Amino acid sequence: MTARERIAGNVANYVDERTGAAAWLKKNLNKVFPDHWSFMLGEIALYSFIILLLSGTFLTFWFDPSMRHVVYEGSYQPLKDVEMSAAYASTLHISFDVRGGLLMRQIHHWAALIFVAAIVVHLLRVFFTGAFRKPREFNWILGVALLTLAIVEGFLGYSLPDDLLSGTGIRIAHAIIQSIPVVGTYLSFFAFGGAFPGEVFIPRIYIVHVLLLPGIFLALITVHLMLVWYQKHTQYPGPGRTEKNVVGYPLMPVYMAKAGGFFFIVFGITAFLGAVASINPLWLYGPYTPGQISAGSQPDWYMGWLDGLVRMSPPLETYLFGKTISWNILIPGLIIPGIIFTGMALYPFIESWITGDKREHHLLDRPRNVPNRTALGAMSLTFMVIAMINGGNDIIATHFDLTINQIMWFSRIGIIVLPPLAFVITKRICLSLQRKDRELVLHGRETGRLVMLPHGEFIEVHEELSPAKKFALTQHEQPAAIELVKEDARGVLNPKGIRAKIQARLSSANAENIAKPTAAEVKELESGHH
Amino acid sequence: MKFISKYRKHRFARPLLLLFSLCALGFTFSVATAAPSSNSMAADARSTLIEEGQQIFLKGCSSCHGLNAEGAGVGPSLIGVGAASVDFQVATGRMPMQDMSQQAMRKAPVYDEEEVAALAAYVASLAPGPRAYTNEEIKWERDGNTAEGGELFRNNCAMCHNFAGQGGALTQGKYAPTVMGVEPRHIYEAMITGPQAMPVFSDKTITPAEKLSIIKWIKSAESEPSLGGAPLGRVGPVTEGLLVWTLGLGLLIGIAVWLTAKSR
Repeated sequence: MTARERIAGNVANYVDERTGAAAWLKKNLNKVFPDHWSFMLGEIALYSFIILLLSGTFLTFWFDPSMRHVVYEGSYQPLKDVEMSAAYASTLHISFDVRGGLLMRQIHHWAALIFVAAIVVHLLRVFFTGAFRKPREFNWILGVALLTLAIVEGFLGYSLPDDLLSGTGIRIAHAIIQSIPVVGTYLSFFAFGGAFPGEVFIPRIYIVHVLLLPGIFLALITVHLMLVWYQKHTQYPGPGRTEKNVVGYPLMPVYMAKAGGFFFIVFGITAFLGAVASINPLWLYGPYTPGQISAGSQPDWYMGWLDGLVRMSPPLETYLFGKTISWNILIPGLIIPGIIFTGMALYPFIESWITGDKREHHLLDRPRNVPNRTALGAMSLTFMVIAMINGGNDIIATHFDLTINQIMWFSRIGIIVLPPLAFVITKRICLSLQRKDRELVLHGRETGRLVMLPHGEFIEVHEELSPAKKFALTQHEQPAAIELVKEDARGVLNPKGIRAKIQARLSSANAENIAKPTAAEVKELESGHH
Repeated sequence: MKFISKYRKHRFARPLLLLFSLCALGFTFSVATAAPSSNSMAADARSTLIEEGQQIFLKGCSSCHGLNAEGAGVGPSLIGVGAASVDFQVATGRMPMQDMSQQAMRKAPVYDEEEVAALAAYVASLAPGPRAYTNEEIKWERDGNTAEGGELFRNNCAMCHNFAGQGGALTQGKYAPTVMGVEPRHIYEAMITGPQAMPVFSDKTITPAEKLSIIKWIKSAESEPSLGGAPLGRVGPVTEGLLVWTLGLGLLIGIAVWLTAKSR
């Protein structure tokens, strides 16, 4: 034992005798994680969040969250002597007169866009592989909550500098609050401390943006990760992988290195974007005054779908009992998003009700093996993408020589017609892929080698799959439809009535699959293979 | 008048009177048809310019705007639009229109500066209207104020032309074009004539001095270096979102695939 080893050992011993950490560390550092690129999507979100905390803290050193009127005297000449709020002036100060300020602002903003995008792709991975199933429903709900909060947090950050673009966003948020029947006006007075724009909303959203929401984020992310730790990670099916084990690499040293390295890569890419690509050039937007607006005013991408829904809604308004209800804002601005996010949060429970499957699942589904869920996901995505396209309708119109009216009508019709179409097409594609899997298992891979038999017949040589591959393609179970029980053995009507009928109908749609090859079929073909 | 009464019956009186009348007639005629003096030469050149403009108009414009610029089914009447409109529309290549789309777009001009001047003179001769300007007359560098111009631009122009003057979409395929790279006189003329979907900004709405400030701000935005890196078109968050989903997430997911790839 060298001197250095002895000293290190003594220190470790000293700590262990007082904390008992050695046993805990030994157990947890050996914890195994499965290896797949799609398991690192959530990490991108986590690391972006850390980048946001660091760069955001930097920005708070100079940002002045106040709507006090000032006259700009900084170094950006085109705004010299222009009256503006202290919030906007201090953001200009960060951008032009603080060393590294513009880079930090851009890193912060790019990291925010990446943060929400990473949450979305992570959520899609979890959805399409069925990782939300028992016992992970709570973690799914936490994820949906984190996504919702991330959108709100991003929007507040976008609103803080009090430039012309962010003020326009706040104005729309104000209109959405006002559209709530009966209490909307009171709520808006409450939130803005009086009539729009007032003097209080920048200080208010600032404290929510830098203190309240980040605090909630930290708490929720911690619980989210603790649940992953406690419930163990899911894994893709394969030989040796069961519902009772996790196949992968230990945290120490493999994942320490991979995850740690990945953090620096995420930071590097964010910093690269911040250095080479301009984001939110708010000195061009000018200060916010309610009388001004710019063409092409858009929210950041994660709000684009909401803007698109509002833009496509027909001008519906009713006037009842002296109250105006603006359905054209209320429906796309609050009701549809409410349905989408509630539906998303409840989905694990809805699916388990449809399938009647109450068991634990730690092995992931291949999306093609659950055609209904995959098709539902594609349908929702189509809805969102069309809404998003309409959110950028003016930019698309000018850059692709189209008219806004064409795009709006495409979206209005498309948002009703295309999602169901996407459902049907995706389901058919899934079933076709199942057929292909079946074909592969039974007849092997086409090699493209043609062989002429002695009697002149040509055949293509098929190569049999490895047993591991065959297992991976056939290990999943195919659900059986729930039988509709109209009345029990003694002739009593099923008390669930219509609910039982709906469940049976959905369940039979869910059970629609191409029968996977049975062991008998495989054996028969293997014995006399051509 | 004794002299006239005394000699009116004189035998030379009649031939002399005839001679005098002929001389008077000849002189009048010669004065009327004489080579013009310097003053009347300008008027004549002007009428030739108008003539020339009319010829160009008859060939290039009359099929839509009517033989006398009175307007027809397709093109509006040009009586009273003034030289400013002609200079803006023709010198930026918008007129003659290439096709009957929603809006005439900017393209390489069909007529050179002299032909444009002739056309403008012809149209201006039909009825009074705003006059055309030269770039030298628009003294934006001397008289404009960038910051004030920015305020005015955001108040009056940005809702269609975008915060950075990059242009934006209007209804039914119409659009506000970009104001980058436009000659100062054309910006000025656009404001006073309100071409196509654009409203007129009269000298009461925006004073001539304020117009110069707007031009100065536009020129400053035009020459402003992209301060934060690639400008991404200066059209707001749409292109930023596109970049995040393509390059940003593309790189990140690519690296995640690389990190978890099995070594072979």
